[in-house]
Formats: sequence, structure tokens, C-alpha cells
Amino acid sequence: MSRDFILHRVRTALGRSAAQPPPPAPEVQLPVREVPLERRIEIFSAALEKLGGRTVVAASAEEARAYAARLVEGKRAVASNAPLLADCGLTSLAGVRSGFSTALELRRALESADVGITGADYALAETGSLVLLSSASEARLVSLLPPVHLAVVLRDRLLTGLDELVSVLPDPAAATSALVIITGPSRTADIEQILVRGVHGPREVHVLLV
Amino acid sequence: MSPSSLVQIRQTLADPGLQAAIYSSTGRLVEKRRQAVVDSDPAEFERWREQAREIKKHTLENLDFYLERLEERLTARGVKVLWAKDGGEVVDFVIRLAREKNARLIVKSKSMTTEEIHLTDRLQEAGLEALETDLGEYIVQLAGQRPSHIVAPALHLTRYQIGDLFHERLGVEREVVPEKQTLIARRTLREKFLAADIGITGANFLVAEAGLVVVVENEGNARLSSSIPRVHIVIAGIEKLIPRTADLAVFLKLLGRSATGQPLTVYTSLLSGPRRPGEIDGPEEVYLILLDNGRTRLLADRAKRQSLYCIRCGACLNHCPVYRKIGGHSYPWVYSGPIGAIITPQFHGVLEEAWLPYASSLCGACAEVCPVKIDIPQILLDLRWESVKAKVRENSSRLERWAFGVWAWVMCHPRIYELASLFSSAITTSEGDGWLKSVPAPFNIGPIRNWLSQRDLPPPPAKTFRQLWRERSGGGPS
Repeated sequence: MSRDFILHRVRTALGRSAAQPPPPAPEVQLPVREVPLERRIEIFSAALEKLGGRTVVAASAEEARAYAARLVEGKRAVASNAPLLADCGLTSLAGVRSGFSTALELRRALESADVGITGADYALAETGSLVLLSSASEARLVSLLPPVHLAVVLRDRLLTGLDELVSVLPDPAAATSALVIITGPSRTADIEQILVRGVHGPREVHVLLV
Repeated sequence: MSPSSLVQIRQTLADPGLQAAIYSSTGRLVEKRRQAVVDSDPAEFERWREQAREIKKHTLENLDFYLERLEERLTARGVKVLWAKDGGEVVDFVIRLAREKNARLIVKSKSMTTEEIHLTDRLQEAGLEALETDLGEYIVQLAGQRPSHIVAPALHLTRYQIGDLFHERLGVEREVVPEKQTLIARRTLREKFLAADIGITGANFLVAEAGLVVVVENEGNARLSSSIPRVHIVIAGIEKLIPRTADLAVFLKLLGRSATGQPLTVYTSLLSGPRRPGEIDGPEEVYLILLDNGRTRLLADRAKRQSLYCIRCGACLNHCPVYRKIGGHSYPWVYSGPIGAIITPQFHGVLEEAWLPYASSLCGACAEVCPVKIDIPQILLDLRWESVKAKVRENSSRLERWAFGVWAWVMCHPRIYELASLFSSAITTSEGDGWLKSVPAPFNIGPIRNWLSQRDLPPPPAKTFRQLWRERSGGGPS
């Protein structure tokens, strides 16, 4: 079997024996700086704007709902099952469909949707990123198939950056089968290094901080 | 040098459009990386490089342990982990699985490891529809070519050529605006994604302790490939391992900045298996194939083991004065540029493509930008030395040995040396621009002509150093 063959070759190459424990792995220094929330919001907005995304700080659920209403007006939208979206009244907006529990139904709805609305488990200030964990409330494809992605994130879930994320979540596999970090709209520069947004994923990303 | 590489190099150098395409695209990538390093503070960036190198060194020195740990963790999450000695085993497995699952359409996202084993071609030959979905890879596949750059596969094509290609192959209007071309690809490929039975991706990192397959991309095609089809197959070289999730933070920061100047690529997926009960979408089956294909041979070489640290960012290509002239297609294997020049001979043997380690001015730019600090120039020198040793063993360098014997003898005999230098200045003339491009007949033959066909030399001066010395000191050593 190739497994044993390869492992044997690796051990021979390294002069190691089976089940020999390794020395401790080198220390990784990931200093997480204390940054006040207001500053984190500024950093996040600036980073996302640079990537062509948009951040809106909503003082209340009503403000969030009003922004979402303008975005989906006259369009077809699909919202994930994240409780936060219903709490903000987004799932009851005209044109928004929600509550899908099977992959097939969800995908059919998404194929013709203009906007996908999701929550996000975390956001990362330094890079303007969203962090989504696949679950019963959050399917993988809502943030991916429609040309516009609207994400609603609680302000206290805004972390400083990647370093803080890996310290908060050192074992992502315990929580989900798929964690995705989304940093701005889908993009490519494969043709003459010219930037184009919206290749296979959304060309627009809007983030509502509530 | 293989004749096909020589032909390709000559064609590339003679094509002004191609020269401009390669030079300007790599130039933009160089500038983006430089800006990203400045923005993140060069001292900080240097610390990440140090840490990344130490982590890779440690992981590879204990690779068997981490491979088994990864297998254990992923198996517990329902991933089927397989091991493949070579490309043939991977191809056989994928074809068998496709037949078993009655699958016809396979969507693939960009992966150098699958390029290495020509997976797409092999699957097509087996009657399966296997489609590249990264925009650059899709273009290259439509054109019937191979990628010319690790990160930007279609870097050698202009948008006008791509407009013609789409027109001919997809039957659409001829479009030369990249936005419209991208939209055409999005529409065509979206249908394929929705109908696909199997999705294949590579992996940028495999996190052993946490049991994660990490895939990094900008377009979203890897997310689609790993989310829509019922079956997801990951194909990764055994060198992709790192120990912990915390290590990932260091590598992600380096990879995006080094490759395209991005602090983080658009999509970073941390996958750990099939859809779990309660989750709405995602694949029902996930396979991870761990590929050797020559890597264990390289692992045994202490000095050159560091070649396996490579995270395929492409920075060494963009900064290489040789790559920027001859382009990716001139290299004999899928890995081009400085990293290709060091790993190709190590995977295929030093006497195969023995010219590769010489296709470098040893300027050191590659080592300066490498995010994991691979000492590429030193490895190039080691490989040159090995290929000479191998040639001596095979006694295939008799002429070279004879020439160096004569050289050594001349250098050891001052009077002969002086005569030789007088003789050489008598037979050579410059061509007016101050450079010597050939020597006159009857000396312009065989190896001398070959040697000079690639090199310029200044012509010998009118008076030798010894003559000048004698004139100044009125006698001196005679």
C-alpha cells in the first residue's frame, strides 16, 4: 500500500523511527494589539473600501433594515437563517426569501437571486474581512452565488485581525466543516494584470455593522 | 538543452508582443509586492519570513509524524485520506471514483500539483469532461496550452488574443474589454458548476494538529468546486503540511503579499470534511490524496531539502531577470523560473535538463524575495556541481576536461601564457561596438563558436598588463 511505502520513505529520508515524537514546534509570535472599538471600525471600513467594498455603521436595527431595504428594492434576495437577520427585520423585507433547509431548494433560489444576505461570525479589522462558519444558520453558498453580498455583523465580533482570529478560534474544525474568510469582492487580474471584480463570486460586498 | 526549450526561448525573445506582456505583468506584480511589504513594515515582514522558514524546517524534519497526525484528525471528521506514490495512482483513483459515482462532469480549481501530474488531460483522455475554472487556467485550457506562471497562468496572452480565443471556441462576439471577457467566462462556467458531479481542488496548506485543508484564492471558483458538487477531491503534495492553526496566520500573511501584494487573498477556506448533520450545503464526500511524486527523494537531501519549503507564491519568477525575458513556457516543466530551475532537476535527475541551473545570472533576487527564504542561488550552484560530477562519472565531458587541462597548463607557465595572450590579440578584432562576438576563421569552430554565440567579451587590449608593467618599471619581471 502506498501509505506505508511513502511513510517508510519519509522516515528513511529523515532518519526517524515510527511513533517518534517531534521536538516542540517553533514558537509563533502573534502579538494581538489592544485597539478600541471605534478605531477598529475605522480600520475595517478603510480596508474594505480599498478593496471596493462598503461598510455601513447602523446605530439601530431600524437603520440596518432601512439600508438593506434600499439595497434589495426591486430585486430578488435570499437571506440565510442567521437569527440576527430576522432580529433586524431583514427577512421580512419585500423580495427577500429565507428559511431554506435543503441544499437543492437553496441553490435553486440562489441561481436567480440578485442579492445574498448573511450574518458573519467575526469580522477582521486589519484586512476588512468577514469570517463565516458553515452551519444550519449559515449555508456556504449564500455569500457566493449572487452578484451582491450583504453581511450583517455585530460590532463586538469585530476582531483586530487574523492573529486574533487564530487565538480566538485555534480549532475551527471543532465548530464547522467549512470556515471561510472573505476579504472584499471576488476578483481576478488574470487578463493582462487588469483588475476585474465579480468573477465567480459577488462583485459587490456590503457590510452592516450593528 | 532540450531542443523544444531552445526553440521556445528563441521564439519568446523574437516576439516583441510577448516580451512586453511578460515584462509588464511581472513588473506590476513586483510593484504590488513591494508596496505590500512597505505597508506592513519591512521589519515585521522579515520576522514573518524567519518564522515561516523555521516552521517549514521543523515540519519537514518531522514530516512522518505530522502526516499521520493530519490523517488521524481528518479521518475522524469523515474525510477519506489516500496516499499516492505518483501521478498515475492519483489519475487511476479519480477515474475509478468517477466511474463508481457515475460522474461525467468534473470542475477543477487551479492547482500546480494537478498540473504536475497532467490530471486534466488524463481525465479528458478517459472520456470525462474535466474543466479548469480559474479564469487564467480556463483561458489556457481553451487555448490548448499550459500555464506560463505559477500565479497568473495566462500572463503570456494579451486581451486581444483572448478575445479571438473566446470568439473561436465559445462562439461569442469578439470582446477585448477584460470586464466583458470575465463576464463571459462567469456565465459559461456557472452552468458547469451547477451541473458538476465532482469538484477537484489543490491545497495551499494542510494543518496537521487542527485537521484542516486550506485553500486560498481570489475568484471564488475553489469555493464553488468545494461546495456545490456531491464529491470534493483535494490533491496535495506531502510537503504542504504545517503544524498548527496559529502557524497559518504567518503563512497567509506572507503568501498574499508575496504573490499579488494582497494582505489577504479574497477567499481563504479552512475545510475539515464533508457537510455535517444540520449544515445546509457542502459536499457529501471529501477525499484527500497525499502525493509523493519524487518529494521523498528530495527530502533525503539535507542541503537541498529546503526546496520543499516553497509555498508557490511566484515572487521569484516575477523578480528573475531570466524569467522576465524567456517566460514560463521556455522552462521544460510546469514549475518555471528560479524555483522551477531548482526543483525540476531534483525531481527528474540532474542530467535531465542539466542546463536549467545555468539559466541564472546568480543575481540573488529570488532569495531576497522568497517568503520562506529558500537559498535558491546556493542550490543552483550545488546543482551545477552535481551535474558536472555526474558528467565526469559518465565520462561525457572529455572535451571540457581536455580544455581545462590545456588552460591549467598555460596558466602555470608564464612564458606560454604571454605568448598565448599575444596570439589571441593578434587573431581577434572587435566589431566596432567594443564587444567581441566571434573569432575569425579558422578558429571560429565547434565549441568556441557555441560558447561565443551566447556571450560577449571585450576584445583583448592593445597591450597586455605585462607589457605595460615592463614599460613603466623599465624592465621588471621578465
